[in-house]
Amino acid sequence: MRKSSLISFLSSQGVLIALAALILFGWLRYDHFLGLFNISTVLRYNSMFALVALGMCFVIMTGGIDLSVGATAALGSVVSALLSPYGIIAGTLGGVGAGLIIGLLNALIIVRLRILPFITTLATMLAANGGALLLAQDQSVSVSYESGFTDIGQGDIANLPVPALIAGAAYIIGSVVLNFTGAGRTVLAIGGNEDASRLMGLPVDRVKFLTYVVSGCLSGMAGVILASQFGAGQPIEGVGWELFAIASVVVGGTLLTGGLGSVGSTLAGVMLLGLIFNILNFENGRGFISLSAYWQSVIRGAFLLIVVILQSRLTDRADREEAT
Amino acid sequence: MTQLDLAPASPARKRDWRPRIARHATLAALIALVAFNFAFTNHFASLQTLYVNLTQVATIVIVGVGMTLVIATGGIDLSVGSLMAISGALAPIIFLGKIAPIGEIHLAVGVAMIVAVLVAGAFGWFNGWLITRFRIQPIIATLVLFIAGRGIAQVSTNGNLQPFKVPAFQWIGLGRWLGAPVQVVIMLVLVVAAMWALKSSLFGRQILAIGGNERAARLSGVPVASVKRWVYCISGLCSGIAGLVVIAINSSSDANLVGMGMELDAIAAVAVGGTLLSGGRATIWGTLLGALIIQLVRYTLLANGVPDDVAKLVKAGLIVAAVWLQGRGRT
Repeated sequence: MRKSSLISFLSSQGVLIALAALILFGWLRYDHFLGLFNISTVLRYNSMFALVALGMCFVIMTGGIDLSVGATAALGSVVSALLSPYGIIAGTLGGVGAGLIIGLLNALIIVRLRILPFITTLATMLAANGGALLLAQDQSVSVSYESGFTDIGQGDIANLPVPALIAGAAYIIGSVVLNFTGAGRTVLAIGGNEDASRLMGLPVDRVKFLTYVVSGCLSGMAGVILASQFGAGQPIEGVGWELFAIASVVVGGTLLTGGLGSVGSTLAGVMLLGLIFNILNFENGRGFISLSAYWQSVIRGAFLLIVVILQSRLTDRADREEAT
Repeated sequence: MTQLDLAPASPARKRDWRPRIARHATLAALIALVAFNFAFTNHFASLQTLYVNLTQVATIVIVGVGMTLVIATGGIDLSVGSLMAISGALAPIIFLGKIAPIGEIHLAVGVAMIVAVLVAGAFGWFNGWLITRFRIQPIIATLVLFIAGRGIAQVSTNGNLQPFKVPAFQWIGLGRWLGAPVQVVIMLVLVVAAMWALKSSLFGRQILAIGGNERAARLSGVPVASVKRWVYCISGLCSGIAGLVVIAINSSSDANLVGMGMELDAIAAVAVGGTLLSGGRATIWGTLLGALIIQLVRYTLLANGVPDDVAKLVKAGLIVAAVWLQGRGRT
């Protein structure tokens, strides 16, 4: 028991150590790395991914997967842009509502029809993408600048970007739910062993249903921020977000088979992958090297590779030690 | 723990007729679609329409063949689109003589094709190596190359479009062989070869054994790791070929776009075709039918004036409905 908690400590704290090392490296090497402007830019941009990854984290902890998050965010951005003339609340509710609908669809198909999450969310990804393009009539929809809708993405409160505050609040709530509520513990129980959880009388179906709904809503919220930050609802944005989110969750040490995971490490995973791009920009700015933006996916991929290999070695060792 | 079988055991007889009906249902749906088009779509009954649909579906089927084998072992390959981009980026670099000028164009094209496809196959083998050596889940292991693979293609071309006009190469996407488009011939050859392999070869039986019950397969002496590596390698080779076809049709290679979203198209074709997504039962024939149905539904809608966006919604419904009706791929 103590060994496995050591493993989970290493695989969850490893990402924090790596993140700290990356920040230290940036701070020592670049002048304005920890400047207010850079911090706020990085936080503002990555909060969208953070929201999507939070929903993904819960879904993955139950042993499922949600491929529809990127398309859902795009749909959310279109709906919120269309509703933005009616005010900040209408825009936000519209985007989150669109995400809610896709999330409900996912939950109903997965829990009621018992179709694999992978296939279900693949289909709803197509549906959300088609829906977004239909509503937007195949072009980006510019938001209203009069109604204050752009404050969600572009505004600051006490020098902190509003999207980062939203994401921060979501992570605090997520962490509390996971660690201190029955539903949260059920999420981990389902991922650990769904059949056993069912036999123990845990509300497996209800909690699974909720995770997909929450993932949909968070993706919709990411869409609202997207529209508000860039001034337009973008029906073809969000391609590959789902895999970025999965990568963040995995880098954060959450097991893809479910049953083990941490909300905080997921956030660290998002920041880690986001900072790679940021550091690449700074490095190019120094003029010694000139790595194109295309290198970021190579580096991210390499990073993911290292993490999964390390994880597998750690869990292998744990298995062997438990066996002896 | 293992004695406790929680899944309700369904009677053996029920198992027997179900896949057969499902298979015929896929074929019946395809025939119904064709009949509908004969009745309602103008100019449908022409060789040209047939070729347009077949050339469009060919790359999905080529990738789908490899994907079917991967899924038959209980895995998944998300990297196919990125591997297409790598092979598509590499081939022009070679036959345009950017590394070393090769005088004879046919030789250059031959070398380019073989190297590009082999490199894609090598990356596929790498996927298999990650999965077997480190026991990483296939979805994560192939996610690595899904992310990094497109980056490698982009870096190797600097993200630039590579336009070219080389008939000797473009034959693979634009040429005809005995009157039929070349990529359709390639598609059919691969389909027949894979059907034969799954049905009659030792390798094919080993694939299905692994997908059915990996532990049992290992205990009965199936070289699980080696079979799996080969399967992912084959998926990579198929993606490499598909990448060449795509850039030949486009007369240019754009690492940002080649093979984008292909993993989802191929998986959808496999799912609609009736291959069991948890492994152990596979039908290449079904994958061909599945790809044809998805393609034909889209064609039917577009030919009858329905916008592409709605076609996507219909495709989504189709995937869920097909998987649900077959009662397969269920949790």
